[in-house]
Amino acid sequence: MDLVTVGVQLLNAIQYGMVLFLVASGLTLVFGILGVINLAHGAFYMFGAYLAYWIAAYTGSFWIAMIAGIAIAFVVGLVLENVFIRRLYGRDHLVQVLLSFGLILVIDEAREILFGKDVHSVAPPAWLSGSIQLTDNLSYPVYRLAICGFCLIVAALIFFVITRTRIGMIVRAGAENREMTRVLGIKFDVVNRYVFAVGIALAALGGIVVAPISTVFPGMGDGMLILSFVVVVLGGIGSVAGAAVGALLIGLTDTFGKVFFPSVSSILIYVLMAAVLLWRPNGILGRREV
Amino acid sequence: MVEAAPNAALRATGLHKRFGGLKAVSDVSIDVQVGEIHAVIGPNGAGKSTLINLLSGELFANDGAILLDATDITRLPPDRRARHGLGRAYQKTTIFPKFTVHENVRLAAQARSPSPLRMFGSVRSDANVHDLAAQAIARVGLTAQTRIVASDLSHGEQRQLEIAMVLATDPRIILLDEPLAGMGQVEARGIIDLISSLKAGRAVLLVEHDMDAVFELADRLTVMHDGCVIASGSPQEVRMHPAVRTAYLGDHGDAS
Amino acid sequence: MRGWLIPIVLLAAAVALPFVVPTYYVQFVSKAFIMGILAMALNLAVGHGGLVSLCHAAFFGLAGYVLALLSPGYDPASLLLTLPAAMLAAGLAALIIGALALRTRGVYFIMVTLAFGEMLFFLFHDTGIAGGSDGAYVNAKPEIAIAGHQLLDLASPMAFYFVVLFFLIATIAILTMLVRSPFGHALAAARDNERRARSLGFPIYRIRLIAFVISGAIAGLAGYFAAAQFGFVAPQMLGWHLSATVLVMVLIGGLRSVTGPLIGALVLIVLEEVLKASTDYWKLVEGLIIIVIVLALPGGVRQLWPMIFGERSDKQPPRQAAAPVAEGHHG
Repeated sequence: MDLVTVGVQLLNAIQYGMVLFLVASGLTLVFGILGVINLAHGAFYMFGAYLAYWIAAYTGSFWIAMIAGIAIAFVVGLVLENVFIRRLYGRDHLVQVLLSFGLILVIDEAREILFGKDVHSVAPPAWLSGSIQLTDNLSYPVYRLAICGFCLIVAALIFFVITRTRIGMIVRAGAENREMTRVLGIKFDVVNRYVFAVGIALAALGGIVVAPISTVFPGMGDGMLILSFVVVVLGGIGSVAGAAVGALLIGLTDTFGKVFFPSVSSILIYVLMAAVLLWRPNGILGRREV
Repeated sequence: MVEAAPNAALRATGLHKRFGGLKAVSDVSIDVQVGEIHAVIGPNGAGKSTLINLLSGELFANDGAILLDATDITRLPPDRRARHGLGRAYQKTTIFPKFTVHENVRLAAQARSPSPLRMFGSVRSDANVHDLAAQAIARVGLTAQTRIVASDLSHGEQRQLEIAMVLATDPRIILLDEPLAGMGQVEARGIIDLISSLKAGRAVLLVEHDMDAVFELADRLTVMHDGCVIASGSPQEVRMHPAVRTAYLGDHGDAS
Repeated sequence: MRGWLIPIVLLAAAVALPFVVPTYYVQFVSKAFIMGILAMALNLAVGHGGLVSLCHAAFFGLAGYVLALLSPGYDPASLLLTLPAAMLAAGLAALIIGALALRTRGVYFIMVTLAFGEMLFFLFHDTGIAGGSDGAYVNAKPEIAIAGHQLLDLASPMAFYFVVLFFLIATIAILTMLVRSPFGHALAAARDNERRARSLGFPIYRIRLIAFVISGAIAGLAGYFAAAQFGFVAPQMLGWHLSATVLVMVLIGGLRSVTGPLIGALVLIVLEEVLKASTDYWKLVEGLIIIVIVLALPGGVRQLWPMIFGERSDKQPPRQAAAPVAEGHHG
């Protein structure tokens, strides 16, 4: 395998990992800060993709689709948190698992009612739809590079908000010690609502961003759900940095796995997870059990 | 430093524990003999909690050794240490809140029975285990509450329950982690008497902030400060020790 | 003696059933029993062990695949050979997955079981084992035969029903015995306060692993008969949606009893049939119902009626409590 091909696969792996990171960071935020395991996370990813398809088809513009998609997902997240999710805080995991499972059924069916079972594709924005010529025979889609860049920007934004702003400090304080921050009078209901909405919006954003390069199909949520869970297990719950590490590892394993061991590539990820668990049961960057 | 006695039920030597850059326990040695109550005192942050966790197995030491009678338990997890005869009561009462007093203690007795994981036959059929449980419950004075669900007990009664559970495992060494924390005068009196009776035939290590109780109960005292042992000996010796007076007893202990 | 009355009546009804109702219903109830076995098996891990597993469908499906793979062409397979093989395979999978998953706690455990369950799904979906995504057929129902003499042919719905009923009762008996045994009490103790159970001397990891393996093997029992009844196995049998659906059955029926999940299975299967017949969008309604049940009835449907069905696993002797203890006192 020559250097250029390796380079291309590497780029693919990174791009794939970036999208995974985007979606998984939403999951790890919701779990790390709200303490809620949300199985419907993948369904929001799928919903974002379908929304992007529909709005782009309706308005002809991918950008409008993206912005509208994020906004809609955010609002839906706010509403869902207010109606359902906040009843899950502090309850045992079985209840959380089942409620979010119920949500998946609802969202799946809603998607079927609104958009049908069809598979769709979405065109990337015109100025990003070209390719960069790497060699005489090989070109790499600009859009994929744009995804990497975009995800990096979002990651930087998340990092900035969490570590440098007041709201980020509150969120981190809440994750560390909910009781204490409540005693200090900080209105957690509102903070929780926004955290959940952001988490959902990140999942939907992942779906929107990925729509132009992958087909938009009904089962896409499931696959992404499991993968983002594996990313979170690898990286450690609540750790956004861990999600980045995990996502990159998965991206590399999956991409190069498909190249070298195509028949068992889908299983390699789980083998990786098993290996990491034997070494670090709480994830690579998770809390160590002393 | 006290010379380690040959018939110590528990002997720890040279224990070290680091958390990242923080040295929580530095070169701590301690031994507890059968028939004595050995109290460990020190201000908050002295490393007492870490020490007791190292002894019970919830934390593993970076360095040092722990012997229970002749057995090296340094690398054993908590459940194996328990099976070798180590019992522990926690600072925050750790019982089975949804089970009755009887079931709580019965479980403890079951753990040390010859076949604790038998998969057939009802638990009721093991008369031995039931008798052991009833005895332990009577020993701490909770017989009247035998059928009450543990979460319905008062704070002091829950402490008594925990001690009954530890007793039901027939331990060689009992580790007590601040058993008097959060207790009123009357309740505390009962627990103090109970603790005093525990040392018969056993070794007891007591971590406690209540100075009056400590001086009443302890046969030997070890004082910790900043992760190290600064004095160890009889209560009289420790009281007079200059390092102790400066570091600790000078300010009449602290809020628990 | 009162405690025995209801089970005896139900057993009599179950035995009488195939003689009084049409074949369709006999097969329907057989299916419900099979799912009941699966749900009760899962509950050993979830309700009694406190381990929320999202991979039990994988054990269920794996056993079904074993039957499909061991079935010789168009002849009936021998139940006496293939059933133990299927359960062994399921138990083995549970051993491997459990050994790894039980190194983690809480949410990690759930996520890890989900992931490993999916791994098994992909194993059958992507590779050529047993037809890949197309699935495989079990062309003839298994038979119970000794030395070439057929004793029972499961192709007859009535015979199939009674064999399943037998295993249902056997499952209830085994699980009840386990739950009441010292092992079962230790498992419950580990669920209620792991730290205390460990410091008393119980080997928590080993206890949970054993429970998980038994639970997986019985799930395999159910999967074997499901494949036998349906005559077809597909990767979906291992999918996590099924695992989650079985969890719903467990929740509906109540976690603390052995037979509760059987009721949960019956309720959910009947509910699904009714919904499927009423609307195309039955999944939406089912989803909403699940959400409502989860929010409104954390103790399961049993909160709806005062009648106690089946035995409670943590037998509380009569209390002379100072204050009343609320039912459904979950952590």
